[in-house]
This record gives sequence, structure tokens and C-alpha cells, in this order.
Amino acid sequence: MFSTNLQIAKTHLLAKKKQTVVAMLGVTFGIAMYVLMSSVLTGVNKLVDNLSFQATAHIRLYREPDVNRKSLLETKLSGSDTLVKVYHQRPKPERLYLRNASQILADLRKLPGVTGVSAQVSTPAFYNYGSVQFNGSLLGVDIFDEDRLFDLRSQIKSGRMENLLANPNSLLMGAGLAKKMSVREGDNVTLVTPRGAVFVLKVVGIFKSGLGAIDNVRSYTNIATVQKLLGVDKTFITDISLKIKDIYASKTVAERLAARYGVKAEDWQTANATLVTSNKIRDYMAYIVSATLLVVAGFGIYNIMSMTVNDKMKDIAILKATGFSGRDIVQIFLTQAVIIGFLGALLGVGLGFLFSWMISRVPFETPGDFFSIDRFPVNFNPIFYLIGVGFGVVTTLLAGYFPSRRAARVDPVAILRG
Amino acid sequence: MTKRGDLIFSTMEPVLKASHLNKFFYEPEKFQVLDDITFEVQRGEFLTIVGKSGCGKSTLLYILSTMDTDYEGTIDINGTRLTGLDQAALARFRNEHIGFVFQFHFLLPEFSVLENVMLPAQKLGKFSNAEIEHRAMEKLRLLGVHEQARKPASKLSGGQQQRVAIARALINDPTLIMGDEPTGNLDTANTRIAFDILQDLAHRQHQTIICVTHDPEFAQNSDRTITMSDGRIVSHGTPTATATKG
Repeated sequence: MFSTNLQIAKTHLLAKKKQTVVAMLGVTFGIAMYVLMSSVLTGVNKLVDNLSFQATAHIRLYREPDVNRKSLLETKLSGSDTLVKVYHQRPKPERLYLRNASQILADLRKLPGVTGVSAQVSTPAFYNYGSVQFNGSLLGVDIFDEDRLFDLRSQIKSGRMENLLANPNSLLMGAGLAKKMSVREGDNVTLVTPRGAVFVLKVVGIFKSGLGAIDNVRSYTNIATVQKLLGVDKTFITDISLKIKDIYASKTVAERLAARYGVKAEDWQTANATLVTSNKIRDYMAYIVSATLLVVAGFGIYNIMSMTVNDKMKDIAILKATGFSGRDIVQIFLTQAVIIGFLGALLGVGLGFLFSWMISRVPFETPGDFFSIDRFPVNFNPIFYLIGVGFGVVTTLLAGYFPSRRAARVDPVAILRG
Repeated sequence: MTKRGDLIFSTMEPVLKASHLNKFFYEPEKFQVLDDITFEVQRGEFLTIVGKSGCGKSTLLYILSTMDTDYEGTIDINGTRLTGLDQAALARFRNEHIGFVFQFHFLLPEFSVLENVMLPAQKLGKFSNAEIEHRAMEKLRLLGVHEQARKPASKLSGGQQQRVAIARALINDPTLIMGDEPTGNLDTANTRIAFDILQDLAHRQHQTIICVTHDPEFAQNSDRTITMSDGRIVSHGTPTATATKG
């Protein structure tokens, strides 16, 4: 029974090839643009996410200066009738380090969902180059832990990461900083800490993360070296960086950790709010543009199906007279819409893939060294292709349904009586 | 002649019973198109309905065809009460039991002659496609248009197209064949051919035929003629007289 309806649908489509192809192309371009937009925009998003993970841990634990603590007077006199106001209270001159760092570290390493932990001691430092001083920072790390979190090994441009372990007075320098100071691997540099301690360290490697904000200021060294520079003991840790399994749960995890250890915890989404926001805007843009294109394609199909139904009033009447029911008529016309939609969508994802591939071959040059890529980033995720075909079929089903229902309601008597 | 009459009417088996049919039009104002129509049609009878334009004869035919369900009264065809059935059931019934021939051929232009004839049988789904094709060729041969079978329906002459339309009406061997001025667009020669085919179907294949017509000669030559005026049947015709005359 259905095969008869299918045959009629097929004959109708083939009888008006031009119209059929035009309707199909509408869907094709809609879907192709959807695939292209999604692939390119999520490609960019992925790049940005990866970049931010090179610089930012999923979660970072640290301590903040305690500026809002109650003054002694306030604690003493609270509850009495005396009104107390202390102006310009200064923070206590305390070192901002994580108390119980070793316990926290041991605890974190046991937590499920935490895939990497790296302890750090960071300090601002001046790099002396002749009479010129460059502002920068020195980060004491366990180089293997750090590599696990930020893939440091792939960022090394000269020298070796492990050289750091061989020489306690050595560092890995950011490429931008090294360039400013004309320093190469094997050179010595002089560092001055904020408290005035002067040290000479040997550059055993140069790294380049792709982010100027890091490469132009940072150097890595061993934890013990920084601790020695600052004149503090072995328990002195300023930051703990974490890598977790579910990166999009980082915010809630950060809140839980902050409460658990009584420290400040910052997640990557908060730390990179601008990047996250622009990712979201790109996502919305992709949705809006694709939806618009699909709606336009849907109207195209609606138009063509309406015209077909109008043209075929007589045929519909005689089909009904000879025993085809309203359901058969809906089937006949809806089948046409779905065939148009399905073929259009298939062609669309094909075209979308072609466009995406072409764009992924386009050289992509960025000013400066901010992005370390040379081709336009494109995300070839098969899910876009599946969604594209699904969207195409659903849109055409909707667009074809209303004309088909109208066809089914044709009163054969009115037409056959002439 | 009388023998044939005996064959038709001895059984006295009404294939169609219409009782107390009333129908109103409400636009532009309430108007009674059919007024208490009651009649029966016997198996193998070739019945014509005549009357002036607007007397309600076409309206009656479309009610009998089950396509118009907005009426009062009851209709039984072949022992089945059709009044009150839903649209899908009526469509199935039409498919199996009623064949239509209209003033205009209403062939589907994208399909070949053969496909046009095959469609109602494919819808019925009682036979395999090969069998349906064979039967369709038989019907086309019966009407003398089998040589046009592979041509697109739109490429035939008016007379040929009407014959194809009759073949299509016959494909499921319906109990009833209904015609709304089936020869209205045909010249004298083709009218004669179409009439002979219909008469042959009634008298040889014992298929029942009901035709609305304006053509007095066409009506005269049928077995019985119902005459309508202002929504009523004014004459039921006399079957024996017309039957023996034919």
C-alpha cells in the first residue's frame, strides 16, 4: 500500500525535476552553512580553551591577603554600647602561603576526579640585563608535575626540561623574556627578589607557550630554588594547581575545595571569563545563523509544496475518488517533502564538509606570537553532520506537513463537479 | 431480449438502496436540494438520471458515490450500510466497490496510460503488480486503447482519454460504476462507443451502472431513466419498457 504512495510521490518529484532540485538546494545550503559555522566556530572555541589550559589550571588554590579581618578593638568591644570604627586598617605583614600545604597536597592526590596536582612557589622578580631591569616572575615547580598539567615538554623550544633537575641554580625562561634580554640557553641571568636578594641563575632552556602574557614574564625553576631565594622553609607553597576530569564542573568543585581547605580556589572559567564569554557568543552566533538558514530553507520547501498541492488539486480529487484516503494523500506529499529534505541534507553535509576542509587549509597568521597555530582551526566533529541531517529532515517534515494536510482535506466533490 | 430482461430482474436483488435522502445547501441561503429521495437499483441495471440543470441530480450522484457525506437518510450498497461510516472506511469502500467516470477524464498527467489504470488496483493491493498489469491491459484491450498503454496519459485524444478513464473505473471489477455525464465532452462517434461499452458491461458482465446525463438519446437507450425536478424524483422510469426497447 505504502509502495503505491511512494511511487506516486516519486513520479511527482521526477515530473518536476527543476522545482525539486531548487527545493533541495535550499536545504543543502542551509545545512552546509550549519556544518561550516559549527565546525569553524567550535574549532576556534576549542583552540581558545586549549590555549587557556596551557596558561590556567582547571582549579588553582592560593591565599589572598586578609584585608577584611576585624580589628582588635572591634572584637574586644563588640556587644557593648560603644560605637567603634577603625579607619585604614592594614593587612597583617604575613607571607601569603598555603598553610598545611603538604597535607592538602596529600589529600588532593587521593581525591577521585582529580587527575593532576602541582605545587608551586611563585614570586615576582626583577631580571637584570645590564643596567636595565625587566619585571617578571619566577615560578618554582616540580617540573614533572607541571608537565602533567600544562604539557610543558611540548613548549620547550631549546634545551631540555630535565636540565632543571641537574643544576639547582638553573631556570627555564619564557621565549619573549629571553628575546628581550638577548639571552640564550647556557647564559647566566641575575635575579633580584622584592626583598632585595640577588641571585645568579643559569638558563638551561627556553619555552614558548604561545601566550605573550606568560612567555614575556615567566621563568620556571625548582621549588627548592625559589624557597631558598625567598629565605623560607620547605613547607612554603603559594599555589596548588589542579587538573580535574570534568572541566565544566570546575566551578562547583572549586567552591567545595575552598570550603574544605579554607583557601581561595579559582576555576578556569572564572579566571578566563572573557574567553568563556566570547566562546558563548560564538556558540550563540552559530545557532542563530544556522537556525535562520534552516527556517529560510523550510519556508522554501513550504512554498514549493504548497504550489505542488495547488497544481495537483484535480489529481488529489481523483485519487480520493478512486479510494485513496486522507492518510494516503498526506503520505504522498509528506514523502515528497522528506525525500527533498533528506537528499538536500545529505548533499548539505557533504558540501559543509568540503567547505570546512577548504577553510582548514587556509593559512592563518596572527599578529605577534599570541596564537601558536598556522592553519585555521576547524573542528571536524561527526555530531554536526548527524545533527545537520536530522535538522534537515525535521525542518522539511514540518514544512511539508501543513501543505500535505491541506491536500488531505481537499473536497473531491467540489473539484470533480467542475 | 426478454430472456435478458428475465436474467436481470428475476433475481430482484437491489444493489443500491437509497431511502429518504434529504440535503440542504446553506449558502447563500438555506435551500433544499434533495427532497425525500427513495429508490433502488438492481444488479446489472443500466440506470440514467436526467433532469434540468440544478434539479439535484449531480448532488444525488455524489451522495451515492459516498464522497459527499453531508445528507439525511440512508444509503446501502451491496448490503453495506454506508451512512455513518468514517472517511477512511468510505475511501476503502469506494476503492473496491465503486468506479467513476466523469465528464472530464481526470487522468494523472505524469503517469502513463497503464499506470493510471493500475493505480486503484495497487491501492486495493489484492493482486501482485504483475497480475494488476495484466488485468489493466485486459481492460484497456476491452476499451480498444491497449496500443496506447505506454504513452503518457496527456498525449492521447479526448475520446481515448475518456476510454482510459472508463478502464480505470473498471480495474477493481466494482459493483457499481457511476458516471457524471461520461459522454459530455465527446463527439457523436465517441459517445456511441462509450455508450456501447457501458451497456455491454451492464448486460454481459452484470455490472450496475448509474449515469447522470443531459443527453436524451443516451438516457433513452439505457435500461431505466429516473427523472428529477426541483430535488424530487418525478418519474422512476419503467424498466421493462426500456429494457425491451434497447
